[in-house]
Amino acid sequence: MPSPWDNIRDQFPILDQKVNGHPLVYLDNAATTQKPLAVTRALDRFYANDNANVHRGLHALSMRSTDGYEGARARVQAFVNAEAPEEIIFTRGTTESINLVAASWGSANLRKGDVVLLTEMEHHSNLVPWQMAAQRTGATVRYVPVTGDQGLLDLGALDKLLTPEVKLFAFTHVSNTLGTINPAADLCARARKLGIVTVVDAAQSIGHMPLDVRAIGCDFLAFSGHKMASVTGIGVLYGRRALLDAMPPWQGGGGMISSVDFSGSRWKPSPERFEAGTPNFADAIALGASCDFLDLLGREQIRLHDGGLAKEARDRLAELPGIRIIGPDGERGGLVSFAFEGVHAHDVVTFADEDGIALRGGHHCNQPLMKKLGLTSTVRASFYVYNERREIDALVASMARTIKFFAG
Amino acid sequence: MSADLSDLYQNVILDHNRRPRNRGRIPTANRSAHGDNPSCGDQCDVFLRLDGDRIAEISFDGSGCAISQASASLMTTQLKGKTTAEAENLYKEFHEIVTTGKEPEEISDLGAFAGVHAFPARIKCATLSWHAALNALRGDGAPATTESHKD
Repeated sequence: MPSPWDNIRDQFPILDQKVNGHPLVYLDNAATTQKPLAVTRALDRFYANDNANVHRGLHALSMRSTDGYEGARARVQAFVNAEAPEEIIFTRGTTESINLVAASWGSANLRKGDVVLLTEMEHHSNLVPWQMAAQRTGATVRYVPVTGDQGLLDLGALDKLLTPEVKLFAFTHVSNTLGTINPAADLCARARKLGIVTVVDAAQSIGHMPLDVRAIGCDFLAFSGHKMASVTGIGVLYGRRALLDAMPPWQGGGGMISSVDFSGSRWKPSPERFEAGTPNFADAIALGASCDFLDLLGREQIRLHDGGLAKEARDRLAELPGIRIIGPDGERGGLVSFAFEGVHAHDVVTFADEDGIALRGGHHCNQPLMKKLGLTSTVRASFYVYNERREIDALVASMARTIKFFAG
Repeated sequence: MSADLSDLYQNVILDHNRRPRNRGRIPTANRSAHGDNPSCGDQCDVFLRLDGDRIAEISFDGSGCAISQASASLMTTQLKGKTTAEAENLYKEFHEIVTTGKEPEEISDLGAFAGVHAFPARIKCATLSWHAALNALRGDGAPATTESHKD
């Protein structure tokens, strides 16, 4: 029987090109993944046949568009195993999803003396919104430490940090810099025992492994479409319904009200309460198509594929002289981050580009973690469903050439 | 290696990157300014000892790519002994070199940076230390950030 993995690169025409005279090796997937034809064609079909504003019109196109949008919500609900479609709020992406929780839940629940617990490996998107919420409410932010270059959370310290003042614990599922896979279900269980609300940043896990919000046991979970083979500008906030129903709106406008008077307004329940204005229905439909595409490939197979390539890249890169690899030796997400003695990450990335290889170099929106590890920047190679082992060969060869050049 | 890339990583640049000149804080500095490039995390501090209007001593410290480190190192060798006005003029010339690829009028190591113009994302790497130096000279102590100036 033919497998959807056969000829998978045919789904991604962008990969079939040369960059600086070499076949493109795209290893910047943690920043954004490429989009399969199955997704871009779903978007084309929608615009060619069904486009109209949702929820308002009584005409045929508006009804089709509304069905498509709400169908995408139900598709995402199934994809993350939420209890109800009302628990799925469409946003612009992970960052907006976290800002929604910080603004809405934060303003209603955080007080002076409260603590928001984060970890030292958070992306700025799961750090800055909480610092801002703390500033507004008088709460303080504390951090679960990361243990050295292995990049694991210090779980011994966690129990001491989970004090009665902690009202919310927000952490990343997979680190975008270290590749660490955090034990999300265990972390949520420890917090829940103490009545602490949990937020999981799933930006780097959602497209790479099976994910079940009820198995994780989180209160909120945020992710972006564009890191899971979908288009930019669409993302999701999952929230437990009981919490969402008790939260105030964070933006006002059309679509989120049940009635408006000159003297005041009343809100619709979730998800409409949190989706003021015309929502991004077209891209939500594309996100639904991405869920189909990833389920067809099999998310457990994707986990083995991406994690396997990252592990192999890690082991082969480790043989290079002067390299420092950060992140766990054991299981890791689909990325590997490293630095070379005496060669800056941006120079490495410039040389790799010369070989047609797309990498990321910099602080990866992880400045506090970088400082802690005594690094200013790392090079990151991140893998997705279309990457192949031969691309690790190209990566390792390019890195070897660069080191040699700078060693003089 | 392509012509563009070997133009970018000239021997002068590689040499300054490997063996930076005037690195570290001068104990007698009477002016300093900090520069940073938030998009890539490059940092550069410039320290000066001004004697009247003349730069008697100059040094830098910081971290960043080969282009930014070499530029800071070379800059210190070029600015020592210059007046504020001369430094401003030299920066104008350097800016033109890195943005247009034009060779300097007189033979100068600054010409090594002409290859930068083919890599627009790297122009800010080359100019960061200069902005910090000019801020230090102006004496306003304002930090230089690549977000507040064009190149």
